[in-house]
Amino acid sequence: MVGAEEGVVSDREVILGKIRRALAADGNDVGRRAIVIARLEGTPRGIIPERGQLPQEERVALFTTMAEKVSATVGRIAALEDVPRAVAEFLRKHNLPASLRIGADPLLADLAWDGTQIAVSHGPSDGGDPVGLSHAVAGIAESGTLVLTSGPDNPTTLNFLPETHIVVIRAADIAGDYETVWDEVRETYGKGHMPRTVNMVTGPSRSADIEQTLLLGAHGPRRLHIVVVG
Amino acid sequence: MQITSPEFKQNARAALADPNLQKALRHVRSNFIDKRAKAAGALPEFEALRDNARDIKNHTLAHLDLYLEAYEDRVRQAGGEVHYAETAETARDIIRSICERAGAKTVTKGKSMIAEEINLNDYLEEHGITPVETDLGEYIIQLRHEPPSHIIAPAVHLTREQVEESFRKSHTDLAPDRDLTEPTELLAEARAKLRERFLAADVGITGANFLVAETGTSVIVTNEGNGDLTQILPRVHIVIASIEKITPTLNDVSQIMRLLARSATGQDMSVYTTFSTGPRRPEDPDGPDEYHVVILDNGRTGMLGSDFQEALRCIRCGACMNHCPVYHAIGGHAYGWVYPGPIGAVLDPQLIGVDKAGNLPNASTFCGRCEAVCPMRIPLPNMMRHWREREFERHLSPAVARYGIGFWAFFARRPRLYQWATRLAMRVLANRAIGKGRYTSLPLAGGWTKYRDFPAPEGRTFQEQWSARRKAS
Repeated sequence: MVGAEEGVVSDREVILGKIRRALAADGNDVGRRAIVIARLEGTPRGIIPERGQLPQEERVALFTTMAEKVSATVGRIAALEDVPRAVAEFLRKHNLPASLRIGADPLLADLAWDGTQIAVSHGPSDGGDPVGLSHAVAGIAESGTLVLTSGPDNPTTLNFLPETHIVVIRAADIAGDYETVWDEVRETYGKGHMPRTVNMVTGPSRSADIEQTLLLGAHGPRRLHIVVVG
Repeated sequence: MQITSPEFKQNARAALADPNLQKALRHVRSNFIDKRAKAAGALPEFEALRDNARDIKNHTLAHLDLYLEAYEDRVRQAGGEVHYAETAETARDIIRSICERAGAKTVTKGKSMIAEEINLNDYLEEHGITPVETDLGEYIIQLRHEPPSHIIAPAVHLTREQVEESFRKSHTDLAPDRDLTEPTELLAEARAKLRERFLAADVGITGANFLVAETGTSVIVTNEGNGDLTQILPRVHIVIASIEKITPTLNDVSQIMRLLARSATGQDMSVYTTFSTGPRRPEDPDGPDEYHVVILDNGRTGMLGSDFQEALRCIRCGACMNHCPVYHAIGGHAYGWVYPGPIGAVLDPQLIGVDKAGNLPNASTFCGRCEAVCPMRIPLPNMMRHWREREFERHLSPAVARYGIGFWAFFARRPRLYQWATRLAMRVLANRAIGKGRYTSLPLAGGWTKYRDFPAPEGRTFQEQWSARRKAS
């Protein structure tokens, strides 16, 4: 807690003081500050694996391969209006309840669910929803990872509480690497700012805590189905 | 947890004689090593990323005060609170007062080694707050009242049968004749039990794999999703992390992330990597109302500028213990405190004192596998050697060892005497062993010959043979 009682040195000051003494460094050293600011502003990209640096179609193919490798299922449709049909098919095929919880994402809001017999409700999950549908703002081909951001459009609880999570992503939003996605986040939210939660999701929930045996569906969704659009 | 590191030798002996543990440890030997090798081998940039990750952390540690300040500013801008704690005691007090203000009865917990380090669960219980571990492995050992035996696989020392036994004993409301022979059934039962706890908790406590200075973000990495349910469902989210978790930027985090899961479990990426910044925003339909970060020192500033600074690069992947022949033989509990394996042998003497943990850096063959696989290129064997030196300097090593080394040093400093004495000893040992070729017992070397035979020398010392060969050529 900063600004402790008067006359008492706060733990903050003690820790920062110890660090500076150990490093023989000065907290007001302009040169040191400049180095730190340069890194925070410049955000160097480092080493980007070649693996994901591909033209779009191949990037989508790599994303699909990597996601399937970690037990997600991936379907591809041509246009957004096909989402209800694709979702209904998936639910039917896996014998899952025809019930869907969705946030307020504009991309998913205007879809015609009427023809699908799926009961659609909106808002965050309280744990009672069997299937959640979200829109991922980005994908990362390198590891088959989805990127979801919190807010009314895609409540974070939908990513974790339902047993089945279906995620819609536009093919054009699949990047090669994480660093490219961070550039987009900086552009959208402003440098130094983030949505409250950014969830990177790579496959359905799992645990290997019992005798190192890998089991799906630990606390999060047992099934992750990705619908790539376009 | 209670410190039993001073009893390391007894602990190790008991571990070697424990059939359940030995059965469970077989999975460590076979699984982790192959998976890591495969994952690392499949990424051509892996070695270059190790270099870069090392450099990122070195840079961060050299500017740690400034990155902490930058991080703190960002957390506050996002509506979160930062609390500094120099000691474990202060950290516990801060967490308790947040819990009390929230009127918390139960607290869910994501896996956190720092929470183990500060003994948080016992403390909360003493103050009438029930902590519930939610990582499957942590949940199992909490039911058994045991500490974790591995930093990423806390229940790795247990067999499936032992887990079943614990569930039957604890979940007494369920049918006693239910089938739990398959691990999936055990998982389903834990999932159902913990789901109730997630939804009822008042406060969620998680650790952090990274604290990002660029954005004031805490990052957790899990496979189960338990950490996420811990931090999005309760009204209050508390992050407890140590100072060295600070990482400058999201890009820097991503560089290190590429090493973390590959080194730990052989995954390219863990299932859930979650970036949290502040409490819920006005428009958010879910998430915590309060977001606190407790930043702990607990002796780490003492490592800066010392022989052990580089150990602060550690990202707690567990690769060093997964590849350690000593860990493979005795498991994690024998080390007697929170951090086992090679990283424990370096950290524990710093955090609890070399007087208590001095045995740990001695329990190494210096085979170097830990350093070879450490994603952050921490020179672990070298650091264990530093601790051995300090233990010796502080007169903490046993008298026999000290006299032995002193005796050897007397001769080693007098080359002529040394050569004469070794020549004599080799001849005597060779002559007395004629026909046998080995010794099954030797005076002053009982510790050695108790477990293996001592091969008889051939009669001439290395130096003699060397000079003879040089003359011949």
